[in-house]
Amino acid sequence: MSVTAFLTDSTLCIGCKACEVACKEWNGIGEDGLDWSGFSYDNTGALGASTWRHVKFVEHAPEPGFGGNAPELNSWGFSSDVCKHCEEAGCLEACPTGAIVRTEFGGVYVQPDICNGCGYCVVACPFGVVDKNRDDGRAFKCTFCYDRQKVGLVPACAKACPTESIKFGEIESLRGKARERIAELHGRGMKDATFYDASDSSVRGTHAMFIVRGDPRSYNLPPKPEVPTIYLKKGWTSSAIGAGLLLAGSLLAFLFENGRDGR
Amino acid sequence: MSVPSRPAPGGRTPDFASEQKLVEIRREAERRGEVKASDIRPAGSPFPIASPDTGYYGIPLLKKPAWTWEIPLYFFTGGTAGAAAVVGAIADYTGADRRLVRDARWIAAAGAVISPALLIADLGRPSRFLNMLRVFKLQSPMSIGAWTLVGFVSGASATAFAQFMQDRYGPSLPLRVIENAGQAVSLAFGLPFSNYTGVLIGATAIPVWNESINELPIHFGMSGLSSAVGMLELMGHRKSRALQWLGFGAAIFECMEELRIETHRLACLDPLRNGASGAVVRVGGVLSGPVSLGLRVLSFLSRGEQARDLRKWAAMSAIAGSLITRFGWLHAGDVSAQDWREPLGIPHHAE
Repeated sequence: MSVTAFLTDSTLCIGCKACEVACKEWNGIGEDGLDWSGFSYDNTGALGASTWRHVKFVEHAPEPGFGGNAPELNSWGFSSDVCKHCEEAGCLEACPTGAIVRTEFGGVYVQPDICNGCGYCVVACPFGVVDKNRDDGRAFKCTFCYDRQKVGLVPACAKACPTESIKFGEIESLRGKARERIAELHGRGMKDATFYDASDSSVRGTHAMFIVRGDPRSYNLPPKPEVPTIYLKKGWTSSAIGAGLLLAGSLLAFLFENGRDGR
Repeated sequence: MSVPSRPAPGGRTPDFASEQKLVEIRREAERRGEVKASDIRPAGSPFPIASPDTGYYGIPLLKKPAWTWEIPLYFFTGGTAGAAAVVGAIADYTGADRRLVRDARWIAAAGAVISPALLIADLGRPSRFLNMLRVFKLQSPMSIGAWTLVGFVSGASATAFAQFMQDRYGPSLPLRVIENAGQAVSLAFGLPFSNYTGVLIGATAIPVWNESINELPIHFGMSGLSSAVGMLELMGHRKSRALQWLGFGAAIFECMEELRIETHRLACLDPLRNGASGAVVRVGGVLSGPVSLGLRVLSFLSRGEQARDLRKWAAMSAIAGSLITRFGWLHAGDVSAQDWREPLGIPHHAE
């Protein structure tokens, strides 16, 4: 039993969506609409209650020589998105029922038999991952294949990935692999290859790490995700001031009225 | 496949010029990403490209809050009930009019019945409400709120029950004990219950809410006070000077909050001022702030029946403003979650 992670290397992704299919297959998630979005080949749009893996399609301007592209064709970036399984997870901290827990593998898991569908995790997630299923009533997101990991198997998406773009393993060894891969990509001229794990923000790193080319923002990866617990101190201070004003105001008003009536 | 020797019925005969035109259109589409010639414009053009300027096709990163109308209404009933319990308890301790104390207890008790019903109705699995009470988490405002709700409901309903029994069957010592203990409990829990909802939505990933975390709890607390005072006034306490002063104080605070919202510069607070959500917030702010303050000033300057009439209108304005304010803030949260620029740190352009 070790602390595990995903490393999703977008430079190896071919956009086949096998991870999306495998995830739905193993976890028994229904289809979620067959709508044309007009955004390249991405007709899913975002992660949600019924989408726990989501392949993003980012088209770049033609760049001769990169990735074997012909000079007149757009170069394509694909990246399979997933719940980030934050080290400091907003959803986990916010959950009032204790349904969301941290597993022994380091993942963040919503226990479906506990969740009562209050929806507070939905607004607490800085990555917009966890979502409430309107038909079912409960919140859902990637389970990090907790059931599979329990019996020593790799998550369904990682197992189905044909190019090893989705790597799964012990978190420290994956970080090492990511560093090596970034160095290799830079050496091959892909100077824009970057590593993303949000370790410089208040979520203190993620168990789903990414290698993308270019600005992570074009993959909807926020540069500064914040776990909402950082606002608690300000919030409760303000609440205490508000309560103090209410108490003192009421006391003053009624004492003053009595004083005037007493005269 | 046979080559038609004659044009199709009703069709055109292709020639060099027509084919050249199609090639030109294709070239232009390749070059510019869109075609302007002869009013031809492919659907969806210019074709979107994900970039650091547009984010991921402008698809919002954050999820919209999954809450429906029950939650803003709960914010209103809870805030009003909490403030009413505090006002009632203080009125009792300072020996104010007994009828005022009793009416404040009824408001608190009514809120204590309606609020949990609304909260439970909004749950995806209402039958699992009690799961809220299997843990106590200081780091979760929702958990603290659930426990505060339980404490408040117990205190406020016990007080109202003892009050009712004594009104009906005469004084009794055990009921007096319940009444006083319940009142102390509802005072203790009413204070946080009146404004914790500001922390609840402030400590989230939604930009318009977490940017306002310093103001929200005080704002919601004062809004709750103004609606509690308003309800007491509508129940006939239009001569109480203490309520008039409390109403003044709350309305002045709401004016300041409205001013802050109207004069802010931060782009992430735009949903409070622009669009449909901005309109709702503005209506709520104007009703609970300037309108109710103005009516109170007028009633202060008038005498007798007219003064009490004006106070009635001030009370109704404050209650409506308080209710609309909560709906406005929740709506602004929906709009803010759809703002794809904010979480990616992409500047808003002047549009």
